[in-house]
Amino acid sequence: MGKNLIFEDIKAKIGSVVLPSLKNTHGKELLEKLYQRMINHKIMVSSLSEIFEDLNKFLADGSYMRSKKMSRSLPLQVLRDRRNRGTVIQNFEDLAMFSFREYLLLEINPESRVAVVNMIMEEREGVAIDSDLLKKVLDIYMQSGIGTVQVYEEHFEDFFLQQTASYYSHKASSWIQEYSCPEYMMKCEESLEKEKERVTRYLHSSTEPKLVEIMQNQLLFLGAKQFLDKGQSGCGALLRDDKKDDLSRMYRLYHAIPQVLEPVADVFRLHIATEGSVLIKEAEDSATSGIVEEQVLVRKIIDLHDKYMAYVTDCFQNHTLFHKALKEAFEIFCNKKVAGKPSAELLATFLYNLFKKAANDKSNDDSALESTIYNVVKLIVYISDRDLFAELYRKKLARWLLSGQSGGGGHEMLILKLKKQFGNLFTKKMETMVNDMELTKDIQRLYMGVAKPEVDFTATVLTLSSWPSYKTSPEPNLPVEMVKCTKAFDPFYKSITKSRKLNWAYSLGKCHVTGRFDAGSIELVVSTYQAAVLCVFNNAERLTFNEIIEQVKLDHEDLARVLHSLSCADYKILKKEPASKTISKTDSFEFNSKFTNKKQRIKVPLPTLDEPLIDKVVDEVVKDRPSAIEACLVKIMKEKKVLQFRQLIAECVERLSHLFKPEIKQIKKRIEKLMEKDYLIRDIDDANSFKYVA
Amino acid sequence: MFCIKRFCFVMTIVSAAPLTELEKAVNHLIDVFHKYSNTSSNLIDPAGIEKLCSDLDVSRTDIRFLMLAWTMKAEKQGYITHEEWTRGLKALRADTIDELKKALPQLEKEVRTPSNFADFYAYAFRYSLTEEKPESTDIETICQLLDTVMGSTFRPQVDYFVEYLKIQKDYKVINMDQWMGFYRFCNEVISFPDMSEYSPGLAWPLVLNNFVEWIREKQA
Repeated sequence: MGKNLIFEDIKAKIGSVVLPSLKNTHGKELLEKLYQRMINHKIMVSSLSEIFEDLNKFLADGSYMRSKKMSRSLPLQVLRDRRNRGTVIQNFEDLAMFSFREYLLLEINPESRVAVVNMIMEEREGVAIDSDLLKKVLDIYMQSGIGTVQVYEEHFEDFFLQQTASYYSHKASSWIQEYSCPEYMMKCEESLEKEKERVTRYLHSSTEPKLVEIMQNQLLFLGAKQFLDKGQSGCGALLRDDKKDDLSRMYRLYHAIPQVLEPVADVFRLHIATEGSVLIKEAEDSATSGIVEEQVLVRKIIDLHDKYMAYVTDCFQNHTLFHKALKEAFEIFCNKKVAGKPSAELLATFLYNLFKKAANDKSNDDSALESTIYNVVKLIVYISDRDLFAELYRKKLARWLLSGQSGGGGHEMLILKLKKQFGNLFTKKMETMVNDMELTKDIQRLYMGVAKPEVDFTATVLTLSSWPSYKTSPEPNLPVEMVKCTKAFDPFYKSITKSRKLNWAYSLGKCHVTGRFDAGSIELVVSTYQAAVLCVFNNAERLTFNEIIEQVKLDHEDLARVLHSLSCADYKILKKEPASKTISKTDSFEFNSKFTNKKQRIKVPLPTLDEPLIDKVVDEVVKDRPSAIEACLVKIMKEKKVLQFRQLIAECVERLSHLFKPEIKQIKKRIEKLMEKDYLIRDIDDANSFKYVA
Repeated sequence: MFCIKRFCFVMTIVSAAPLTELEKAVNHLIDVFHKYSNTSSNLIDPAGIEKLCSDLDVSRTDIRFLMLAWTMKAEKQGYITHEEWTRGLKALRADTIDELKKALPQLEKEVRTPSNFADFYAYAFRYSLTEEKPESTDIETICQLLDTVMGSTFRPQVDYFVEYLKIQKDYKVINMDQWMGFYRFCNEVISFPDMSEYSPGLAWPLVLNNFVEWIREKQA
């Protein structure tokens, strides 16, 4: 009734008076007028509302026409807008707002939204604008949605975002020409900040994510390749010049855009790999006759790792993509050979020399050593033939343990770290070796309690399976004093252990012999073999090579080595006839009573047989791999019973990762062997699955 | 002390029924069997098979002979037992050699249905095994067998594979898994020799991975 009359009335009024007054005005003026009209409209609405209220009261008091009571609240109704969508109208204010919107706002919208966007564009270009007015006008858009932001979104926001996209698209293409990569990023970051702040000042908060997305797309994504690759200032150049701030900014801008983050991570990986390869190349070039300065190289690699790990944590916020890139880069060059030496060997040598130095240097504090070990273990993670490292290191550990030197803190720390990183199996043998040396001390104490050997005697008992294999030569003829010691120890050891057989490793023994020379006595620290040869001269003045062999029963090669060390090297304890530099079968020897030395005790080194060539060790290690793969496969299948081929491969690679990186073909070969041995069968229903045969 | 010299077993039956049709047919089959069998071993031996093949007008390497053996479920190469013979001829509803000969084309049709062929293909390998080598068959035999069994359906695959098997050095014998792998390969990798369906990540026997690599190298 009345309300409909009023509705028609308002509609007519807007059409005849208000709308024409706004026609032909533009820009800011239009917006100001629009706002004014809104205020007027509101005043009218509130006055009318009051009239209704009064009328209502009056009617109520007079108990008149109670049934036709007029009210501010209207019966719920739905009005159709110009797009034939319903708007729920609950009260008179809604009705008024609806008519304002439909017959005024949306009529002039093509003009008004252009005016708003133009003002924003001016502001973007640095012109001061009346942002209060913008806020007021945009509020009209929001209010006229009558409870929703639909009107704001449809009639203003869409247009605004569209214009913004084209604005920044233009900006992007001119900035890329104009600015360097870091400057460009600063511009982007600045713009993003400004836009976010703009939202808080006069836009609806729901606009922010949309706005950010558009800017990311226009400024960061579309031109990304172009400016990240900028030769003089692109991503690669930033890494080269250590521009950490710019890189952090790059990450801040791009962390939400994985499509761009990936190429950045690629550049990062490539950059590290290149730097690492340069280090390898340097080491290769400075290597003289196959000797690599591993101390220098490993330290440099550690520094490189520290440097770029800091990039990952600081600039790239620990993002997995960058951790992965770092890992992959190190895997590339850490597995390169340097002057023919595998990295496993370099690392083992590095550690051994490090510990040797630390043992001699009393001032060295453990924390520096520990941090170096920590860093080296990080590098060991990157090498794929860790089984080779373990084998090489074990050989060095054995040498150190048997030398009886003190200061094994480094070794112990390392073993602990390796255990933590790669598991018990990885360090089992090393631990047994260290343990053997401890046990030896106990055994020694026990033995000293029961035996009174004529000479100072220590026996070291090694667990065969854990130590590197040593050449076992037939028992030589030892001096009687030494024989007494070994003969006495044998029954003692049998008495404290059960069914254990001792095999004497004569080549590893060490002996102190007092040499009575004309000028005085000198204590000679020699190997068992050297001692045996020296003692032969107690009973004879002069002996030929063959006579010595006869008496000592060493093999030819060993004896030649021993005699060389005693007669041709630094200390000429034996006189050789003829006095040449090499040993031949026809030589004869006699005790050099004229031998003198300033020191009271000298160590007469016996060059060990050349350490097994690295290739041989590699061969040995590689030879063990197939059985390791088979054992691993059986273990997995025993647990899982049925497994898809891909999963089986993945699981196997994972479980062996602490030792080495098996190739897929290698694993496949083992699977086929296991099928032949009836451990596995192919699943009848799925040719890509295998079943365990119990 | 005692040793049984003669033993008569006496039994009674309720009534002596006449022989059924089936029994008659079986008896007839046995008569035919004896035409080829070696009297001392009661088996059809290689010589008997030679004769049988010539009566049937097929060569020993003909796929149809192999199909016949599959129908009989003959276990040992070169021999057919009494039981196998009966099983085969009954299945083919053949009482005489003539009928058997006539049944062969139909047999071939039936074996070539996909459901039967996989079984037949596996059988062909088992049939090639010998007592000395119960797990695998040498390359040369495999090549012949491939030609017989797959030659008419997967000619290019067989030609390539045979060529590869003859020049490669890694394998002297082929086992069941590898044999079946080739069948799977022919059926799953349809576009040959582009092999666009081939994925090296699947559980192909290694010999097939190598085979594909070899072809790719050849193509490059």
